[in-house]
Amino acid sequence: MTSSDQTWSFLMGRLSLDALPLHEPIILATFAMVALGGLTLVAALTWFRLWTYLWKEWFTSVDHKKIGVMYMVLGLVMFLRGFADAIMMRIQQAIAFNGSEGYLTAHHYDQVFTAHGVIMIFFVAMPFVTGLMNFVVPLQIGARDVSFPFLNNFSFWMTTAGAVLVMASLFIGEFAATGWLAYPPLSGLAYSPGVGVDYYIWALQIAGVGTTLSGINLIATIVKMRAPGMSLMKMPIFTWTSLCTNVLIVASFPVLTAVLVLLSLDRYVGTNFFTNDLGGSPMMYVNLIWIWGHPEVYILVLPIFGVFSEVTATFCGKRLFGYSSMVYATVVITILSYVVWLHHFFTMGSGASVNSFFGITTMVISIPTGAKLFNWMFTMYRARIRYDLPMMWTVAFMLTFVIGGMTGVLLAVPPADFVLHNSLFLIAHFHNVIIGGVVFGVFAAINYWWPKAFGFKLEPFWGKVSFWLWVPGFWLAFSPLYVMGLMGVTRRMRVFDDPSLQIWFVIAAIGAFMIAGGIAAMLVQYGVSIMRRDQNRDETGDPWNARTLEWATSSPPPAYNFAFTPIAHDLDAWADMKRLGVVRPLDGFRPIHMPRNTGAGVILSGISLIFGFAMIWHIWWLAIVGFAGLLITAIAHTFNYDRAYHIPAETVAATEAQRTRQLAAHQGASA
Amino acid sequence: MSQKPARFALLASMHRFRPRLAVVRTGLVGSAAALLGGCKLEVLNPSGDVAWQQAHMVEIATALMLLIIVPVMALTVWFAWKYRAGNTEARYEPEWSHSTQLELVIWSAPLLIIIALGAVTWVGTHLQDPYRALARIDKDKPLDARIAPLDIEVVALDWKWLFIYPGQKVATVNELVLPVDRQVRFHITSATVMNSFYVPAMAGQIYAMPGMETTLHAVLNKQGDYTGFSANYSGAGFSHMRFATHGVSAAAFESWAAGLRDSKGAALTREAYLQLEKPSEKEPVRRFASVAPDLFDAVVNLCVRPGKMCASEMMALDARGGTGSAGRFNMAALTYDKNGREQVASAVPGGMTAADRLFVKAWCAPTKPLRAASAEVASPANSAPLRGAAIAWPGSVTKPAGPLLSLARTTRAPRS
Repeated sequence: MTSSDQTWSFLMGRLSLDALPLHEPIILATFAMVALGGLTLVAALTWFRLWTYLWKEWFTSVDHKKIGVMYMVLGLVMFLRGFADAIMMRIQQAIAFNGSEGYLTAHHYDQVFTAHGVIMIFFVAMPFVTGLMNFVVPLQIGARDVSFPFLNNFSFWMTTAGAVLVMASLFIGEFAATGWLAYPPLSGLAYSPGVGVDYYIWALQIAGVGTTLSGINLIATIVKMRAPGMSLMKMPIFTWTSLCTNVLIVASFPVLTAVLVLLSLDRYVGTNFFTNDLGGSPMMYVNLIWIWGHPEVYILVLPIFGVFSEVTATFCGKRLFGYSSMVYATVVITILSYVVWLHHFFTMGSGASVNSFFGITTMVISIPTGAKLFNWMFTMYRARIRYDLPMMWTVAFMLTFVIGGMTGVLLAVPPADFVLHNSLFLIAHFHNVIIGGVVFGVFAAINYWWPKAFGFKLEPFWGKVSFWLWVPGFWLAFSPLYVMGLMGVTRRMRVFDDPSLQIWFVIAAIGAFMIAGGIAAMLVQYGVSIMRRDQNRDETGDPWNARTLEWATSSPPPAYNFAFTPIAHDLDAWADMKRLGVVRPLDGFRPIHMPRNTGAGVILSGISLIFGFAMIWHIWWLAIVGFAGLLITAIAHTFNYDRAYHIPAETVAATEAQRTRQLAAHQGASA
Repeated sequence: MSQKPARFALLASMHRFRPRLAVVRTGLVGSAAALLGGCKLEVLNPSGDVAWQQAHMVEIATALMLLIIVPVMALTVWFAWKYRAGNTEARYEPEWSHSTQLELVIWSAPLLIIIALGAVTWVGTHLQDPYRALARIDKDKPLDARIAPLDIEVVALDWKWLFIYPGQKVATVNELVLPVDRQVRFHITSATVMNSFYVPAMAGQIYAMPGMETTLHAVLNKQGDYTGFSANYSGAGFSHMRFATHGVSAAAFESWAAGLRDSKGAALTREAYLQLEKPSEKEPVRRFASVAPDLFDAVVNLCVRPGKMCASEMMALDARGGTGSAGRFNMAALTYDKNGREQVASAVPGGMTAADRLFVKAWCAPTKPLRAASAEVASPANSAPLRGAAIAWPGSVTKPAGPLLSLARTTRAPRS
């Protein structure tokens, strides 16, 4: 080794020009497009002088509403990336027949399906649900912010740093080619010596810090900051499901962190937790990752159950049927979700008693889940259902999700799982519950709470176009996968021998393109609604005649959410207030104590990003500098005592007077 | 399939749902029904009795769940339509939000279904435990206990399958030949990463994992050509990790094996195995006229390469309290990974690597690994008690009643 090589290796670790995908036309073209788009965005932001605005009003904001919106934007951006991966897979599988290798090499295709799974779970579904909880929960419980506003900002930026690392792997080096859970020994050093698995590890570790802290934050918020009178059994269902979700996060993400630490130790310092040799046990990894992985599924879907509960009650113009059984069902699911993990690997040779135990516990979860469905159904009974978009998504969810739930219980029967495990039937099942549940729910939530966040409603026309492309598109894309699973076709295949399968993959690809149309229509919906925002203004703050406290304040809410902390006397506090004719207080305002914005979250996450990148590429000096930088910045931030300020009473009075005029004008207009 | 007799009296009543189920199954894929005519749902119409029983479980479970799914979907659609805002005729009760009777129904209806499904699952999982010897060849033909199961050792390699027939002393790559109507006992492992051994026409899958041995009892009932493959992603060559499976008559199988043995073809020595296990894709079918003794056990114990300590020996040493400070020197002899560290060390004469240290070699006999004696379920399933015969009425007990489900555990018989 020459000395210049040594210098390079010291300075740059494993990183060299070879890491750039200069010989991969597909990635190069993608890079060119992303670079062009990025430059256009940067240029536009600079031209319109928006940087200062973004930095002051958004990036450094500790306002839970703005952080919630930023989470949603992150989720949406990553959704486009994850969906691009999905389309690439569908095209590959639709053409790789009759000796054709398709257009993706194994090295590329295997990264695509890994990235699709990782991105969709960690950087799409998680930001979406975290964003919703962040935005809605403090408003629903009548609080002014979360318990730890700075921590909230920091959590968001850590999640973003993880997403940036995953995106970087597309252009610098490679991503893991192991499947989204990176089972060893395949993900061990012996079989995956490259940087792909390291990108996976560090992206998840950094984002995991954000997720765990945000879980702690929201638990503290819900437990400690509810409006007076709002006892646990008067909490809105969405808040209840959020509480359970965050309990799940706090109890399960440390397991993920630990198992990834063990895998890192195997890869970085030569331990043998999961290696074949020296007594390592790969099955231990599989157990641990699913002890996190199964609760994760409920982390995603529980808040969405909450969304559907709020939407159903609101658009049915009715109290939610069976509130307490809904709460108990949620809690039961929370607990049971910890005792089912083994159903992900019945086929690993466990004994019959172990398999049937975990099979039956899994089925038991369908009882509270079924109770929830009945509760929504009986909420619709003797109701006056308004079919705005959120309710359309809810009905689509109810009809789609039951099928996914049924196939899920089917897979929980071990002998049935032996023939369906790892098949396209399984793929169809979990897309059926995650798209039919989480994604439909997020769309319902976006349509439902958008006016609260921005002060105007979304245009229904393009939303309906999107709906009618998405729902049949989903069924077209995934029914063939159910069928092929019953034909014995397994997942993660890149090429196929049997030409009779091709038609099914073509149908699935058509479905995927319909979904692409649905996504496009959704983006058009957002664009058109923003342009026509003045026609769709929500003057009242309560455009849907809803029931919970977030609708008691203006749309968008002022920074302080509520000028006076509301008092809850009943379930559905806002519906109760409306019924009793509670009058909005018009004077007596006091200064409001609020947390101050800070850039520390952005800086810490930036340093974490550098640290993660350095660890991935073995640039040890930079990793050491980065880690030291993290500690120093975090400690320095603790000396920042200027963390809060008061909104003067006059400002509050002026803001509230403005709202009074707005309400009066609206009443005048509608009278 | 609906003419097949009930395996369990408990489940006999389910059979009346089966014709209807076929309709629903077709209905599920809706407009694709026409296409379905042309394709073969191999998982639901397999050619082996084990897969058939598993497919039957799929159908029972689906039927049980449809009992509740169909009404729920129908009611959802009905309520969604009837109580639309435009229909001012419908009753509107905005404050109605509780009904104890309804709550009772909505919790107990799924509970009852799950109790039924749970019972089916518990029983089915035990009776169809892949470690358990078969009770029958097919629905009409009980197992002849005098005929020993055919042992086949399966090794998942990067990226091909090795099948060793220890009784016949031959081996094949990417080709599995089975006599029909004979119980086959597969011993499954992997040389490198996790795979899953799956022949949909024959039986459900079981993972193939390095350093571990899993077992699958199965039988193929129809002569013909089938496909098997890895059902767990294992790296770049995964898509081509497929093998032909031929079901042939017992006589044809014996003559095939004898012909291969007498063919003077290649021998699967340990050296040949070490060549074979190097990663390769789209491997053509290969046949070996002889096999090194104990090769499979050496693969399971990760000690095919000379000079490597078998995992079983390591475990035996550990069981005896380890080797104390000598253990430090044993580390090198315990590295097995095929594509990683091992190739980093430079080779020295004698087939060993420079990293090897001979410290405890004298204590073990490297060619004869110790196989852990596992107390696994080897007795055939006996479903007679399920029909109620073993459950004595209170008061009429003359001797202690047997367990509800006869699951006698015996130590596995030594293999021939």
